[in-house]
Amino acid sequence: MKIIVCAKQVPDTNEVKIDPVKGTLIRDGVPSILNPDDANALEAALQVKDANPDVTISVVSMGPPQACYMLRECLAMGADDAYLLSSRAFGGADTCATSTTIAAGIRKIGDYDIIFAGRQAIDGDTAQVGPQTARRLGLPVVTYVQKVRELKEGSVIVERQLEDGYEVIECKTPCVLTAVKELNDPRYMTIDGIVDAYNKEITIWNENDVKLDPSDCGLKASPTQVFRSFTPPPKGKGEMLEGTVPEMVNTLVAKLTEKHIL
Amino acid sequence: MILSEKHQLIRKLCRDFAEKELTNDILDEVEESGVFPQEILDKMAKAGFYGIKIPKEYGGSGCDTLSYILMVEEFARVSPVASLYVNSPNSLGGGPLVMSATPEQVEKYLKPSITGEKVLAFGLTEPGAGSDAGGTTTTAVEDGDYYIINGRKTFITLAPLSDYAVIYAKTDLKAKGSKGISAFLVDMKAPGVSCGKPEHKMGLIGCATSDIVLEDVRVHKSDMLGEKDRGFINAMKTLDGGRLGVSAQSIGVATACLEESIKYAKERKQFGKPIAKFQGISFMIADMAAKLAAARELVYNAAVLKDAGDKDASMYCSMAKYFASEVCNEIAAKAVQIHGGYGYIKEYKVERLYRDCRVFTIFEGTSQVQQMVIAGNLLK
Repeated sequence: MKIIVCAKQVPDTNEVKIDPVKGTLIRDGVPSILNPDDANALEAALQVKDANPDVTISVVSMGPPQACYMLRECLAMGADDAYLLSSRAFGGADTCATSTTIAAGIRKIGDYDIIFAGRQAIDGDTAQVGPQTARRLGLPVVTYVQKVRELKEGSVIVERQLEDGYEVIECKTPCVLTAVKELNDPRYMTIDGIVDAYNKEITIWNENDVKLDPSDCGLKASPTQVFRSFTPPPKGKGEMLEGTVPEMVNTLVAKLTEKHIL
Repeated sequence: MILSEKHQLIRKLCRDFAEKELTNDILDEVEESGVFPQEILDKMAKAGFYGIKIPKEYGGSGCDTLSYILMVEEFARVSPVASLYVNSPNSLGGGPLVMSATPEQVEKYLKPSITGEKVLAFGLTEPGAGSDAGGTTTTAVEDGDYYIINGRKTFITLAPLSDYAVIYAKTDLKAKGSKGISAFLVDMKAPGVSCGKPEHKMGLIGCATSDIVLEDVRVHKSDMLGEKDRGFINAMKTLDGGRLGVSAQSIGVATACLEESIKYAKERKQFGKPIAKFQGISFMIADMAAKLAAARELVYNAAVLKDAGDKDASMYCSMAKYFASEVCNEIAAKAVQIHGGYGYIKEYKVERLYRDCRVFTIFEGTSQVQQMVIAGNLLK
């Protein structure tokens, strides 16, 4: 059985700021990390492998050569091999062009049973690449997977997270599943894993390797236009009311009336 | 030093692990109970920390000394006592075996210590033989296929928690000083072996230290470690590596002290502004940072020299241990000073760091012993 995991190297958004003038992300000096939801996707694959050592896990990513560092981390957690789609032609891609490229990479890897992806990346928050990749590969997709209940011959039963509950879905394999953080708790790398990760080669493919026309990649194939990025104004400080409950209720009603809310 | 990607990844793993697992609540509990949670020790073993520096053929990961230093540093930054646990199997626990063990001893003692199934202690120090390890009076007398060991070891880290101990004892009773000492692998449950009461230490609480008392303990000849009468060399070489471990603990604790001081100096307001705005405080912080940077480079450099087999490596290990541990104590003292009265209160992290690091200039060779080693190298 073969599992493919889609992963992205993202700036640690706890550290990232937006340039107030240009409206773009200030990435300088911000540490890059494995996208958190993708770590859940990888952990889900690793748990399948724990139960069945014959499973192989390939991680695929698109990004600049630095993304190899993130892929080494995936290998050190226990993935078998890693592929990086990297080329100038892929630069400036929106989700539409990214999924074309990722799908081409997955097609070339081939022979997959399940593709796990994170729900969304913390830098763009679109949650589009997973489902779009499924569409390009002609596969069914279940998003927001919070639990993998059972893996059967030719299908998988999962729980799909909803706002106030969950759906139980049986889906034919091969398929794409996108992971939410509730799915699991990603494991640590191991020291041995890190040593092994640096004894492995990461396969790097460009547009020719995955048989893509440069006009179908990167900025040229990206219909999305970012109108403006901005930091939402910080929420004002809340006001704590003091006194007995009846006093606080009176004050609250008075304040709400004053603001014409009541 | 600019770290390679691999070293950065090792540091990331250790930092992530330490920050996530060793929460303030857990560390407070350790301080209160004196017991380190087994669950975390199991996770440490699983992640491979216990064998980072042990060669692959002995069941470890075979990483270089710098990787080991980074691990100990990152753990010490969050919890000095936790750093003892990851350090020990790589250093004083496993070190003597890596150097001298037979294949059978590797299987029986070393490998289980890397997986965390067994704990090894290092028994060299005696009440009358501290810095002068040549003053060992514990004896091992041959009796057929066995040796009969008698004596007392003191200040043995992990002794009450260990399954086996490497015990250094005189096998040639006529030989003087450091000559005629051999090393033995002693089962802590063997008849005649007992531990003293755990010491009430100033710091590093949560890792018991006690005496090991040996009364007519029979040890089979197959459990002699290395050559007869040549155990002292094994002990000294182990301590050579151990020194780097303490130097790594020192820069880890110093880093934490600096980070806590910067945070506190920005928050704490006096005379209408954060105390960081006063030169008296900001210059102290600059001084701490500069000294820490110098210590860190010295420690990393000593690690690289050691792996390269440089002829001066041993002297550099002593320099690193001497300088880093002294600087760490200086930085910790300043960190408490910057925190003022709060630095004297247990709720603040620097109070514990200050106590924990005090022993760094003492154990595994005092600063004065390091100075002897350095001077001895330069003036021979």
